Amino acid sequence: MKARNKRLMFVVVGLCGLGIAAALVLSAFNQNLVFFYSPTQVKNNEAPVNRAFRLGGLVKEGSVQRQADGLTVNFLVTDNAETIEVQYKGILPDLFKEGQGMVAQGKIGDSGRFVATEVLAKHDETYMPPEVAKALEKGKASKEAMTSSSIVSQ
Amino acid sequence: MTNLWLYFSSPKTFYPLAGKLIPVFSLLAIILIAIGLYMGFAVAPTDYKQGDSYRIIYIHVAAAWMSMFIYVVMAGWAAVGMIWNTKLSDMMAGSLAPTGAMFAFVALWTGALWGKPTWGTYWVWDARLTSELILLFLYVGFIALRSAIDDPRRAARASAVLAVVGVINVPIIYFSVRWWNTLHQGASVSPEMAPKMAATMLWAMFVMAMAFWMYTIAVVLARVRSEILERESSTEWVREILARQR
Repeated sequence: MKARNKRLMFVVVGLCGLGIAAALVLSAFNQNLVFFYSPTQVKNNEAPVNRAFRLGGLVKEGSVQRQADGLTVNFLVTDNAETIEVQYKGILPDLFKEGQGMVAQGKIGDSGRFVATEVLAKHDETYMPPEVAKALEKGKASKEAMTSSSIVSQ
Repeated sequence: MTNLWLYFSSPKTFYPLAGKLIPVFSLLAIILIAIGLYMGFAVAPTDYKQGDSYRIIYIHVAAAWMSMFIYVVMAGWAAVGMIWNTKLSDMMAGSLAPTGAMFAFVALWTGALWGKPTWGTYWVWDARLTSELILLFLYVGFIALRSAIDDPRRAARASAVLAVVGVINVPIIYFSVRWWNTLHQGASVSPEMAPKMAATMLWAMFVMAMAFWMYTIAVVLARVRSEILERESSTEWVREILARQR
């Protein structure tokens, strides 16, 4: 075998070995690399207990309640399977809205409520002009109206 | 084909070729950056959720793509240098690194500026952001290692190993948003699905990516040329060039 073929083999085999090693390490780290836990994971006791962690999910529509002091906010976070109540005192990011994603840092308090020390807004990878978004919303609403009316007529 | 490849892999023939290509790619870069920025900031509509702050993607996404792509190309040249012992491949890898590092830095910086108004924070240690930071460190490490060893052949071999080993980070960056829960959003554009962006936004982003590509080629070729002059300074043909310029 020529020296250069040997070196080629060395590089290829080395890269394969490295790839396998990286895959094994990453799968072993899998749980620890998670940036946040979903409400389902929290309900299944997969999130750390008595320790701060991040909770991620959608802010449930119509659940945001501002307390009398104007700073404390209560809302529900859902992954459409489980729901967790969150309390946060502080300034919310601009993109924080009902029906949108968010990630909160904090821990479960005595009452079973998640007490957040920081709330971040998570946005998705969809970008479109406002008119298109409005049109889509309208389309969705009319579709819903149609399905609900068909239920009524049955 | 192989003959042509061998012909241009010699520094002596590559030097004038690169000299001819640089103005072409520089001009293309300037034109495309002008078009891309105009499309991105004047033609493309605002975003329904983020308003105007999303416009940073025209620099952020293109820079992030380039930072990953340049690393793969750099590692490819490093591997070629390791296997075939060609001089030019190490010069290529070495010339790509500073531009790749710059794009990685730009991606992180613009990402921080974007993160503050949208997420509410400049930085979080999620998988996407952390792996991109590691990419920047790999570039810096590659540059530092290459310049720390005086003998160019040994420097080439040592830095090539680092570059090739580090390439494992690139798929981790790319797939991080899919493998783990991250604060960073998923990919808007990927081979498997229709892009999740309005068409004008998408085109502006592609034009910017092409513009950065052209810029990279122009800058890297210029850097390779000066490295050729430095390394081959004892050869007859470099002396001739230098004598002509005096």
